[in-house]
Amino acid sequence: MNTLAVPSGKTLVAPAAAPPPAPRRVDPRLYQIATLAGLLGYGVLALGLDVQPATAAVTLAGALVAQGAGAWATRGRFDPRSALISGLSLCLLLRTSSPGLAVVAAVLAVASKFVVRVRGKHVFNPTNIAIVTMLLLTSRVWVSPGQWGNAAVFAFLLAAAGGLVVNRAARADVTWTFLAAHAALALVRALWLGDPLAVPLHRLGNGALVLFAFFMISDPRSTPDSRAGRVLFAILVALGTHVVQFHLFQTNPLLWSLAACSLAVPSIDRLLPGRRYDWNAPGIGRAPERSLP
Amino acid sequence: MKGLVLGLVTLLVLAQAPRPASAFCGFYVGKADAKLFNQASQVVLVRHEERTVITMANDFRGDPREFALVVPVPTVLERGQIRVGDRALIERLDAYTAPRLVEYFDPDPCAPPRAVKLLAPGAAASMRRDQATERARSLGVTIEARYTVGEYDILILSARESAGLETWLRDNGYRLPPGASRVLGSYLKQGMKFFVARVNLAEQSQLGFTYLRPLQVAFESPKFVLPIRLGTVNADGPQELFVFTLTRGGRVEPTNYRTVRLPTGMELPAYVKEEFPNFYRAMFAEQVRREDMRAVFLEYAWDMSWCDPCAADPLSPGELRQLGVFWLPADGPGDRMRGPRPVDAFVTRLHVRYDATRFPDDLVFQETADRTSFQGRYVLRNVFRGEAGCEAGRRYRESLRTRAEREAATLASLTGWSIEDVRRRIGLGGGEPPEGSPWWRRLFGEPPRPGR
Repeated sequence: MNTLAVPSGKTLVAPAAAPPPAPRRVDPRLYQIATLAGLLGYGVLALGLDVQPATAAVTLAGALVAQGAGAWATRGRFDPRSALISGLSLCLLLRTSSPGLAVVAAVLAVASKFVVRVRGKHVFNPTNIAIVTMLLLTSRVWVSPGQWGNAAVFAFLLAAAGGLVVNRAARADVTWTFLAAHAALALVRALWLGDPLAVPLHRLGNGALVLFAFFMISDPRSTPDSRAGRVLFAILVALGTHVVQFHLFQTNPLLWSLAACSLAVPSIDRLLPGRRYDWNAPGIGRAPERSLP
Repeated sequence: MKGLVLGLVTLLVLAQAPRPASAFCGFYVGKADAKLFNQASQVVLVRHEERTVITMANDFRGDPREFALVVPVPTVLERGQIRVGDRALIERLDAYTAPRLVEYFDPDPCAPPRAVKLLAPGAAASMRRDQATERARSLGVTIEARYTVGEYDILILSARESAGLETWLRDNGYRLPPGASRVLGSYLKQGMKFFVARVNLAEQSQLGFTYLRPLQVAFESPKFVLPIRLGTVNADGPQELFVFTLTRGGRVEPTNYRTVRLPTGMELPAYVKEEFPNFYRAMFAEQVRREDMRAVFLEYAWDMSWCDPCAADPLSPGELRQLGVFWLPADGPGDRMRGPRPVDAFVTRLHVRYDATRFPDDLVFQETADRTSFQGRYVLRNVFRGEAGCEAGRRYRESLRTRAEREAATLASLTGWSIEDVRRRIGLGGGEPPEGSPWWRRLFGEPPRPGR
């Protein structure tokens, strides 16, 4: 065993032939927080989103306080990351002229994680369920899908996709399957109607769609555990979106469809089981190895 | 034969142009050589829950025999669901919501401060039926209904497929542009019916109107859509559309296009007063250019109960009811004399310049809960011309040049006009860049503006 003398006179022991420490992974949520915050800044400064600073502040505060309360009630550790993601997503998507309602939405989002669980797993994406519930409960909130525009999409897609590849690869399957299914449905519809390609391309180029695909439907905690389950889930959400948009003629078809399809996730997990997602070890959720016959 | 009755309508010229009235969702029929220049369309959309009332105004000035309007509608309309509206009310609504100019007079800098405020209102701006029905049926076209409403003959058509509908329309004197058939087919498959209107000359001469009055239709549908695609087929330039919505909740916005607020609240050189319409047109064109013609502009959003400043008197509940606001009571005797009263209606004025490339899809709207007041408003400040020999007066005079420079820069930036021209107009000297500008600008002069 080698010893090293250091000026302080203390002796350090160098471990011989110890395995190199595993490269420390940065939690994907930190990337997500940074991206969402960047998008919020871009939205407010460049796209003129109607986000009041006071409303944004109380939304974030509401989410953090709710997270703290939830942690205290469940004797858990306070972790602000997920609450910040929910708060930032609400700032990006939910519009209201009442800061009080923004706080209610933030609390609903975080509370859904603690309250609505099946076998210990979140049923809904917190932001999604908060927005849908608020839309059902009051006519004083709305979502402005048109405000994300179509021109900025390219830069957007790039940033979002980059973020995804680096950090959230473990859930890229659901994003890309959803986008592919959604695009296929839009193209088939255009072919059937005889519409020029410009019509479906305009719909697919919408910034709100990108935001949804990369930051909401890909939530590891509420998507099915197995890859097959997630592919099925993504296709279901795309189909539901189509129905809500072209048969029910409702605004925000993505949000309604995701909320409805989330109800099917516990069944999908039972049908196509996989390993539960862990933020500290992101994985695609392969089923636990079984002994071969 | 039927050609005689239908007015020998042979050619179709599409609605295309800027200014009030036309074929936002349909097209005009006319002789090609008549060079019909359609002005912008104006549409009033009243909506609460699924009940919708649409008023379509047009400023068609050609031969009425050459007028025809084809509009996709979500349901078959009964006779009672169609009426002729009052054009004056749309003009009132237009004036009430128009971007406006506000004028202030600087006070005597040597006197205790007291602002005088003056308002300059905004410048706004018989064929044999059996046979015909038989022929229609053989083409798969069903004439669902046929009405005469005011000076219009109206048909409600449904069809199995677009080829039959196209043949029927051609047989009946409409010359469709290439590409129209495709759009008709798309609407048919989406379950839409077609509302076809043209002028009944006998009725028109009896009624004595020299212009075409707006058409108003009422229906219930979950769709909150303004079909604009037919109007863009074959149009050889961008079209102009004003949409006025009247709702109970709040501002209306498109869900599939960006909404941008028109720049507002700027101080402008006083000479703009004489050319406010020019300023407005230039500014709108410049804003459209900056957004690459991909946005819908919000020009006004306000509770109909009041206005400040008022570009025109608010409409009375009875007048709003005539525009289709079905939840308001009709005016009682003397109601109009009583002046403005609270009314349960929120108005949104949207202005869009569009073409098929940038606006390939119909406008889909939603009502939001946003009741924030917004108006396009521009400010003129008239210089105090009195003596003002005091110290404050001296400082005031010194500040005027900076202010003039600032106003000139604002005007040039808003409209895309050359800053040199603007400076010349307000007597700041043409060629000389302002004192505060960077040294290189004083050396090289004003750079050319991009995109012009």
